[in-house]
Amino acid sequence: MQDDLLNMDCRELRDGIAAGRIKSITVAEAVFERIEQYEPIVGAYITTFKEHALAKAEEIDAQITAGKQVGQLAGVPIAVKDVLCTTFGATTCASKILENFHAPYNATVIEKLLSADAVIVGKTNMDEFAMGSSTENSGLKQTVNPWDTSRVPGGSSGGSTAAVAGRLCFAALGSDTGGSIRQPASFCGVVGLKPTYGRVSRFGLVAYGSSLDQIGPITRTVADSALMMNVIAGHDPADSTSVDEKQAPVCDYLEKLDEPVKQLKIAVVPQFNAGAESQVQTAIADAIDVYKNLGAEIIEIEMPHLDYAIAAYYIVATAEASSNLARYDGVHYGHRSENAEDYIEVYSKSRAEGFGKEVKRRIMLGTYALSSGYYDAYYLKALKVRSLIRSDFTKAFENCDCIMMPVSPTTAFKIGEKTDDPLKMYLSDVYTIAANLAGVPAVSIPCGFDENNLPIGLQILAPAFGEDRLLRIARMYEARTDWHKKKPAIV
Amino acid sequence: MSNFPYKVVVGLEIHVQLCTKTKMFCGCAVEFGQPPNSRVCPVCLGMPGVLPVMNKQAFEHSVLVALALNCKIAEFTKWDRKSYYYPDLPKNYQISQYDLPLGANGFIEIPLDGGRTKRIGITRVHLEEDAGKNLHTAGNFSQVDLNRAGTPLLEIVTEPDMSSAAEVRALAVELQRMVRFLGVSVADMQKGHMRFEPNINLVITKDGSEYKTPIAEIKNLNSFRALERSVAVEEQRQLDEFLETGRVMGMGNKTTRGWDDAEQTTVLLREKEEAHDYRYFPEPDLVPVEMNERWLNDIKAGLCELPIKKQMRYVNEYNLSDYDAGVLTAERSTAEFFVQVVDAGGEPKRVCNLLTQAGLKLANEKVCSVAELGITAGNLAELAKMIEAGTVSASAGNTIMQEMVKSGAAPETIAEELNLMQKSDTGELETIVDEIIAANPKAVDDVKSGGKKCKKAHGFLLGQVMQKTKGQANPQIVSQILAEKLN
Repeated sequence: MQDDLLNMDCRELRDGIAAGRIKSITVAEAVFERIEQYEPIVGAYITTFKEHALAKAEEIDAQITAGKQVGQLAGVPIAVKDVLCTTFGATTCASKILENFHAPYNATVIEKLLSADAVIVGKTNMDEFAMGSSTENSGLKQTVNPWDTSRVPGGSSGGSTAAVAGRLCFAALGSDTGGSIRQPASFCGVVGLKPTYGRVSRFGLVAYGSSLDQIGPITRTVADSALMMNVIAGHDPADSTSVDEKQAPVCDYLEKLDEPVKQLKIAVVPQFNAGAESQVQTAIADAIDVYKNLGAEIIEIEMPHLDYAIAAYYIVATAEASSNLARYDGVHYGHRSENAEDYIEVYSKSRAEGFGKEVKRRIMLGTYALSSGYYDAYYLKALKVRSLIRSDFTKAFENCDCIMMPVSPTTAFKIGEKTDDPLKMYLSDVYTIAANLAGVPAVSIPCGFDENNLPIGLQILAPAFGEDRLLRIARMYEARTDWHKKKPAIV
Repeated sequence: MSNFPYKVVVGLEIHVQLCTKTKMFCGCAVEFGQPPNSRVCPVCLGMPGVLPVMNKQAFEHSVLVALALNCKIAEFTKWDRKSYYYPDLPKNYQISQYDLPLGANGFIEIPLDGGRTKRIGITRVHLEEDAGKNLHTAGNFSQVDLNRAGTPLLEIVTEPDMSSAAEVRALAVELQRMVRFLGVSVADMQKGHMRFEPNINLVITKDGSEYKTPIAEIKNLNSFRALERSVAVEEQRQLDEFLETGRVMGMGNKTTRGWDDAEQTTVLLREKEEAHDYRYFPEPDLVPVEMNERWLNDIKAGLCELPIKKQMRYVNEYNLSDYDAGVLTAERSTAEFFVQVVDAGGEPKRVCNLLTQAGLKLANEKVCSVAELGITAGNLAELAKMIEAGTVSASAGNTIMQEMVKSGAAPETIAEELNLMQKSDTGELETIVDEIIAANPKAVDDVKSGGKKCKKAHGFLLGQVMQKTKGQANPQIVSQILAEKLN
């Protein structure tokens, strides 16, 4: 009974709760029982809010009993990445420098979840400040992949994807700067959507690369991602980069979800896919065959500038990060060194003690790229590459509805396998980075398993603000396949 | 010893705090003198995850100033981050404008002595956020007050077109008057609303060659006096230094100096221009600002006749002295009130005297502008007419004005109540003059003798009549009667 409950999707669960068939408190208790049992193995959470969550669940039940209207996520237990500011619990970004930081405000998406009556279960582990591809850069704890506990869950939203895959929540929010939602979603066999830049408010998302960061849902089904988008998408006056809804209207992403896109034209980039492991390539090819059988037309395109995406990304993202992370200085909040003799040492020692290795590496890279004498050669050049990549996408979408490619060249790798080789780790972002540079939406959906029973993800990219069609295309595949129904052994 | 001719070259960087209700990128109130850290929010504290939202009014205020400074307004402008670590800067970067300032290539006319003006080039005008303040009053640690952090700050950079301390002062004063006229800044020097940083050097001619002394920048001056004095003092210091050492301008030998007000000297802060690398890059959290014609026209509607133009017009149109016109146009409301009173029939010079003497004194006492004293233009024009007609004396006029502020009553009513009407009735005055003549034979003799003492004695007798009438006699008429009777 309890397992049936935990395997429901958000929509069924919410409708059951709203109709009074399921008690919100029963669901919340079931989730926390499971967290108590499996969290010590998975390590998905930095903080959990049992008391808070149970109280909220009871409140929702009481509202339903009283016949009141409840929100779109009424009683649904949801986890949020610990990069989102909340007035309850700490907001650590998995960094020692913010280990005890309590935000005085809620991120816009948190407010939206709360007003949709979601039950926030806890805050999930991640690579420190969202910098990484395996969640191994967390300064606070290790998260493992529920499919194979000797492997990484991917990153940086690895805590969120592990929690969703491990049934430690029903859905989660992650953030994606260069693949941080999609790559761990593919490693953990769940659905992860990076919306268009500007579709979801970044207010309260602790910034890594401001021009690339975007919050998105991590769910077990495409429908649940659509449901989450219905709650979190939209303009926010507090975020100047969130797009005016008059320019790009937000729609009901669930409304036409099950309507297949007619005369679907899919583009693939053969030049680009060759770098993936053969089992990944096969799974992607099989997935595209499914679409072909549904009547889709497949075209091959070239995207000449994608080869430079990683180089451009690691300049733009680190440059912005070097500036975004300057505020963690021990003066105003967060960790302050006890060994500082003067204010310069307050800066240098607090930062030396508080930041982890990868964060320091990226701050150094970004500072270098912005330094006088190097700016033109690095930052400015990266911006030029970025606009070329953008125009590659614009041209591509003139001839197709979407582009399909792998999410990651490999499936989940072993813990510790790449930690000594940062460059190798960076290369695992090769397929995901372009969507961030171009600002377009992209989703990862489960499309098979390798010989070690590790999930493989299919990435679908669509034109800016085309989330509705993107999700419909994803749903076409999901409706024909069972990959999303497979569960990790520990479940 | 200094027989070498030289020129002073000064350029100025000015920061003006704009008088918007809220800060540049958040909704916190801009208020001076509040308890430390009481006008702050997560955004201006630079908390994790916050985002800036541009204050449109601050931007419009800035464009207005740039227009008044005859700048070219950028059709496309953006925000940049300027990075440096300092405890009063919560994000450790300042949101500013780097390569695309909102205004550039303008000029300002500044008034010089004798009604002359000089044109000074404006290099650029841009908008940025102010930092907070570090306080060093508590033992062996410092404290940070972030009330000011995020306040909109306009930066104006001039060309090095000024060639004396007096010109530097004139520009500063003119700019203060201008931003007040435009209503974009309170420009209160004591509250730090305007801060100046002059860059100074000399071009010295010696043995037929020109030598340029190293440039010195004097930081953070916040009074006209300090600005003018520091430039004058620095001018002399550079001359002395050149004569002593012969040092000339070279790569990286620009110095940064401070002003020691107690010692009236400039003091060295940094020997070499530090190799500051601010790592400017476009602020990704804000969108660029695109100026279209319609918006620009809306902003232009806020322009007004600028103070220096008004001053020159008042000289020509109302026959005022350059000085009087300058005093009247120091504040826009005073200047406009002056015209209202003149239009209501007041003689310009009389009106000017009332406003700049009694008016400014009363306004100072009440801490308001002359226009806000509560006197109607009609009543003040009436008072000016009474003085002009000799119904009341000029000094009684000042007393009446004071009462008008208190009671709001019409000047005639007050003059009657206080018995300030001048006696111009010749019959009545003749009787009094006769009495005085009878009582002062010595003085009468002196007048009649026509000698050296004549003028003095005439004055004495006039004084006696005035005393007798408690100042209510019209002195011109009394003088006339006296002359008639004693000749």
